Amino acid sequence: MAGKLASVIYDEKARRMAEEMVTAEAHHIAQRRPEECDCKDGMFPLLPASRRRFLFAAGSAAGFASSTAALAQKAPPGAVYYDAPADSTKELGRAVTAEGGYGSRSQFESEVRVRFPTPNEYTSWSFTPLDKMVGNLTASGLHFERHHGGTPTIDPANHFLYVHGMVDTAKKFSMADIKRFPAVTRKHFIECSGNGLTEWNKPTLKTVQGTHGLLSTSEWTGVQFATIAREVGLKEGSSWVLAEGADAAVMTRSIPMEKMLKDALVVYGQNGEGIRPEQGYPLRLLLPGYEGNTHIKWLRRLEVSDKPFMTREETSKYTDLLANGKARQFSMEMEAKSVITFPSGEMKLPGPGFYNISGLAWSGRGRIQSVDVSVDGGQTWAPAQFNVTPEPVCTVRFSYPWIWDGKPALLQSRCTDETGYIQPTRKQLIAIRGSHGPFGSIYHLNAIQTWAIDETGSVSNVHA
Amino acid sequence: MFTHKRPLYAAGLWLAVAVGSPAQSQDHYGFGTPIGQQDLVKFFAIPGDGTGLPAGSGTATAGAKLFADNCAACHGDKGQGDPAKGVGGDRLLGGRGTLASDTPMKTVESYWPYATTLFDYVKRAMPFNAPGSLSDNDVYSVVAYILSEAKIIKPTDTMNASTLPKVTMPNRDGFIPDSRPELELYH
Repeated sequence: MAGKLASVIYDEKARRMAEEMVTAEAHHIAQRRPEECDCKDGMFPLLPASRRRFLFAAGSAAGFASSTAALAQKAPPGAVYYDAPADSTKELGRAVTAEGGYGSRSQFESEVRVRFPTPNEYTSWSFTPLDKMVGNLTASGLHFERHHGGTPTIDPANHFLYVHGMVDTAKKFSMADIKRFPAVTRKHFIECSGNGLTEWNKPTLKTVQGTHGLLSTSEWTGVQFATIAREVGLKEGSSWVLAEGADAAVMTRSIPMEKMLKDALVVYGQNGEGIRPEQGYPLRLLLPGYEGNTHIKWLRRLEVSDKPFMTREETSKYTDLLANGKARQFSMEMEAKSVITFPSGEMKLPGPGFYNISGLAWSGRGRIQSVDVSVDGGQTWAPAQFNVTPEPVCTVRFSYPWIWDGKPALLQSRCTDETGYIQPTRKQLIAIRGSHGPFGSIYHLNAIQTWAIDETGSVSNVHA
Repeated sequence: MFTHKRPLYAAGLWLAVAVGSPAQSQDHYGFGTPIGQQDLVKFFAIPGDGTGLPAGSGTATAGAKLFADNCAACHGDKGQGDPAKGVGGDRLLGGRGTLASDTPMKTVESYWPYATTLFDYVKRAMPFNAPGSLSDNDVYSVVAYILSEAKIIKPTDTMNASTLPKVTMPNRDGFIPDSRPELELYH
């Protein structure tokens, strides 16, 4: 498409939410605990001095007299506060299982998910802090969230999976039943189709948590749908499966049978333990590579049919309105995408020298085949290294050793998946899908991300 | 119909088969409890043809009061929506003819392709703070009211399992299958 590039239209609701997210992100950045070394962890320097050590300023005098509540206030979410002795080799540490047999993260690790400021906090989403993540898996407590009616509390003893419709023998399965089936364990990412929706028009959010944080990777354990399908017997002509959750939204999506029999899992395990309540405890659907909302959480029902059910989510919500007024429906797959997480927005490089550029690449259509990195805004590319062995429909942590000369630079990553699909630019996507908005084609933004580094080492989100 | 296509790795199963127990192949485990229609009565999902719509009926007249009492707090007294903090109710009405414009507006009236979806969703998840609390007659009435305010049906039309699937929504033909991967990216 020649000529000027049209901008994406956001309706008033979307625009207001994006503006509020900018405010929320700024607040979150201001809350970060300052760190003082010139190492990788010290690259969030844009903090007001008055906030330094705010978490721990009152900690040392508290001693053992403090109440549990007061201690809880001093520790970040998911951590327990302890006084740090001047020399940890000169006194005993805590007793084995002193925490009751389930550990917590260090009180010095304070990263949290940040909620997108939708007007209603029960139908909302939160972002994984990708800028602080190491390795390839997401800590279960930092897995991004998207709920349409809050997180329900479900006693697994009272939870059943009903499987019925076009089957020979309709059945209900208790959690105990489901766990008796042979299980598989696979690593997969889940990405919300709305990941990056603020970034179509102009660089809006400052950090990679805001721009890409609706992406998380876990090791999932559960039963193949195919196993359950044989148990009930699929009738001739069955071609869709409705999945339904047991939350207040009673969330439903129709899934093609082809996908269900290819690689769908009914999972109860995440990273070695039961899946987190926010991730669907005690049971969720896992559809490798499909947009996040289809991985129905709190899964209670699978109805086999010969047609899709045209639920609210697959007609009015997760469809992609194009410039001609038509909307793509059942746009399920998350296409190949990558992002540099270090260095990324709001970090500051302390000076010229060696930096290990690092990021994540993923594709809903299979393995990542290669990742290239550019430090000149896409004029030249060089291959990145894989830090893990690529697995199907799983993130790959990549890195690229780089010596910064202190001059302005534009960092980008671009991945290719095993189908040969190359991650596109934002301009390419807008040229194809048009500039039409409100929550229309603002889903499925998988474009190349650019981080600008200026002469001072400050890193910012830009469009290049 | 179930065959022993795979080796039986589990010693216990092998023993069971070896001593002549009833066939227990690895294709079929016998887990789960068979269920009948009575176990499924609380479930529903209504596709475009209206399969599974319950008995009962409703009209816009009855729906007007129900809407005012149960829906307007979030969706506005005219279905105009309310983006206020703590609310966030979607706009339901208006927007016809805007989908191909520079300011598209997606509402039940302008965008939703099936009236059955409206019934399914209201019965399923509305009102937001008391999901599933409306009777089937109430849901038919609220649906009739919204469709009537949208000028999709007449104010006097009765909505029930027979009439609702026949309602033609303005954007019924507005959807196309996913066309990705986009061929333009392979130029």
